[in-house]
Amino acid sequence: MTDDTTATDRATEEAGMSTEAVVLTGAEIVCECLLREGVDIVFGYPGGAILPTYDALTKYPQLHHVLTRHEQGASHMADGYARATGKVGVAMATSGPGATNLVTGIATAMMDSSPIVCITGQVPTGAIGTDAFQETDVTGITLPITKHNYLVTSVDELAEVIREAFHIARTGRPGPVLVDIPKDIQIQSTNFVYPTEPVTLPGYKPPRVGRADQVDAALKLIRESKRPIILAGHGISMSNANRELAQLCERAQIPVALTLLGKGAISEQHPMCLGMMGMHGGAEVNHAIQQADLLIALGMRFDDRVTGNLATYARNSRKIHVDIDPSEINKNVNVDVGIVGDLGEVLRQLLDRVERRPNDAWFDRIAEWRADSELREIVRPADAPQHPAVPEGKLLGAQVIRDLFEFTGGNAVTVTDVGQHQMWEAQYYQHERPHSLITSGGLGTMGFGLPAAIGAKMARPDQEVWAIVGDGGFQMTSMELATAVQEQVNVHIAVINNGFLGMVRQWQEFFYEERYNQTPMVNPDFCKLAEAYGIPAIRVTEREEIEEAVHRNRARAAGPTLIDFVVEKEEIVFPMVPAGADLDDMIRRPTPEEFERKRRERAAAAEAPEEPAPEPEAPAAAATVGTRFGV
Amino acid sequence: MAKHILAALVENRPGVLARVSNLFRRRSFNIDSLSVGRTQRENISRMTIVMESDAAEADRLVKNLYKLVDVVHVDHLHSQPSVVRDMALVKVRASSENRREVIQLCDIFRARIIDVGAESLVVEITGEEEKLEHFTELVRPFGIVEMVRTGVIALGRGGHTLKDEGYKPNRTRSARRRNVL
Repeated sequence: MTDDTTATDRATEEAGMSTEAVVLTGAEIVCECLLREGVDIVFGYPGGAILPTYDALTKYPQLHHVLTRHEQGASHMADGYARATGKVGVAMATSGPGATNLVTGIATAMMDSSPIVCITGQVPTGAIGTDAFQETDVTGITLPITKHNYLVTSVDELAEVIREAFHIARTGRPGPVLVDIPKDIQIQSTNFVYPTEPVTLPGYKPPRVGRADQVDAALKLIRESKRPIILAGHGISMSNANRELAQLCERAQIPVALTLLGKGAISEQHPMCLGMMGMHGGAEVNHAIQQADLLIALGMRFDDRVTGNLATYARNSRKIHVDIDPSEINKNVNVDVGIVGDLGEVLRQLLDRVERRPNDAWFDRIAEWRADSELREIVRPADAPQHPAVPEGKLLGAQVIRDLFEFTGGNAVTVTDVGQHQMWEAQYYQHERPHSLITSGGLGTMGFGLPAAIGAKMARPDQEVWAIVGDGGFQMTSMELATAVQEQVNVHIAVINNGFLGMVRQWQEFFYEERYNQTPMVNPDFCKLAEAYGIPAIRVTEREEIEEAVHRNRARAAGPTLIDFVVEKEEIVFPMVPAGADLDDMIRRPTPEEFERKRRERAAAAEAPEEPAPEPEAPAAAATVGTRFGV
Repeated sequence: MAKHILAALVENRPGVLARVSNLFRRRSFNIDSLSVGRTQRENISRMTIVMESDAAEADRLVKNLYKLVDVVHVDHLHSQPSVVRDMALVKVRASSENRREVIQLCDIFRARIIDVGAESLVVEITGEEEKLEHFTELVRPFGIVEMVRTGVIALGRGGHTLKDEGYKPNRTRSARRRNVL
């Protein structure tokens, strides 16, 4: 017996669970296994093929089942639960449509490496392949969007399969695992012995420490660099390597840029932290990446939203890439040193030997870029001189987020949907702690926000949780308001309501000559919608009203709340790297000076009509992007 | 671009072939041939994958194959001395007048005639792909009625074997899991 075995044994006994064989049905085995995996909440929706398991759930009051209003909500809630805690989230659904409705949530979890286990009912074994009622090949459908999946073929293997599923979901590069259980197997009985030995899978051995020669090579590159930059991704917080990251950047004086999911990897108040990179990242951050002589990529995957045009990406830099998934190394960007391993382990290997040295000239250069960005900043304290581009008396989405940051003390867990409000969140809500921003980065799933926020709040009831959603995405899953009410989930919803699919509208403005096709939305009255569910709601139309509204809803300690922020319709997220453009080829907001000059020129042109009108200026971005490939 | 021969040991689990072939499709790998069969181990099958690509692409495929839980081991066989074989059954049109000529060709290629009909012969030929291609070119003028190839299979020479020492079959499941490709 190994130490692990005794530990598991002990844990099982302490939990009052016997390791003696007992005869249980498949459905009961599912529940027993969930308990032993430490599950306390299951998000799901019942139906024919999963009914035996729902019936068994009545005998396991320790497993709290949350009835969602759509199975998509269940998979997003499980995902939100997982991202808020690092624990495995569990979603349950019936066969056929129940299972297919989980798909978007599973793909979302896959793209962002979120550990969830989905349990689906399947038609009885004998009916599989006959196009039975509510039959669908869900293991086939989810093959490319799960880390692994199982179709259980015998009740005797059920316990082992569920154990493997949790093991695979939570270890290595985490991800979603689906277990499809035919109805007859849920009904059949067998001797249930919970396996106590650790899971061993011959084809699955997550790496831990980095290879020593590669660590040496990385240290050499760090030593030789003058303009290094760390690119910190989701992997930092997933490996709990936050402290190691802070130590590394402090010791070697290396600035840190964050990916969207990397927010929280290091406190954004930390002097070494530059903020977010990429398509809507800070201009100074993107300049720093393009001018760096060394990129140290940690637990990030060089997504196209982060690199822009790969051919010109950080052309003069050497590159170190640390990731737990070997297939990420040299996938999009060829690197000089690739280290495969757990980030915590690898960073400790590096920390042991990294040298202290100043990088003042490099930081000075970044400070110059930052000063230029600050000139263009549109969100300023209410009593400071405002940027002339701020429309008089209009509420800006960006201001709402900044004020929300202020009035929540920066301490909330925020869960966003996808679009402009998501980017403003990333730009204006500074996160200090890991797992405090939950957002769909890779798949960009509209409709993620509300259900994921419900899952996050249920996972961490002691935490203030805000769902920041746009009016478009909110309406994709707003039926989950009922779930929040039924479970009395104290989640605060902020709808950034501009009556447009704002991000799509922004692309249409820049790249499709302002043809706003299918982006204006006729919305319901969100306050009345909330009231229909019994949810207290406030409408905010001016900046002065934000503080009171936020505090009023924060003070409500039970059940969901909602604020409908009616914001400027045609606001733009700046800066923007057009898809496929070079990373430092950004569309910027003009400086106040540029803005005033343009305004004067326009006024002068209007006063002198006899002069031939100057060639209309082609939209800058359309010209940049014209023939380039990009999505 | 070069020919890459990869050998993969996989667990005999439902859907493993679908997982591997889906990987080719999903990540746009262009595969020349794929052959699958059992090994001396009850729960392990072996896949031989041939692809025409650059080294980086082959490396990418290896890494992605390893991500599949059911894949136990993968090896580049082209980078070691190895024996490589493909096999074809070719039904060649051959009347009484030209049958001798076809038989002579078969002799030269050490191909075996395994069926003789009034108008045709079935020839079994094994060897490296080039040999098979050369042979089919030579018999083409007689008329190839139909043919089938197994795809390439390969083994490392001498002491070079695919590592699966760490492999222990899963007790509960191994008994039931056979022939599930």
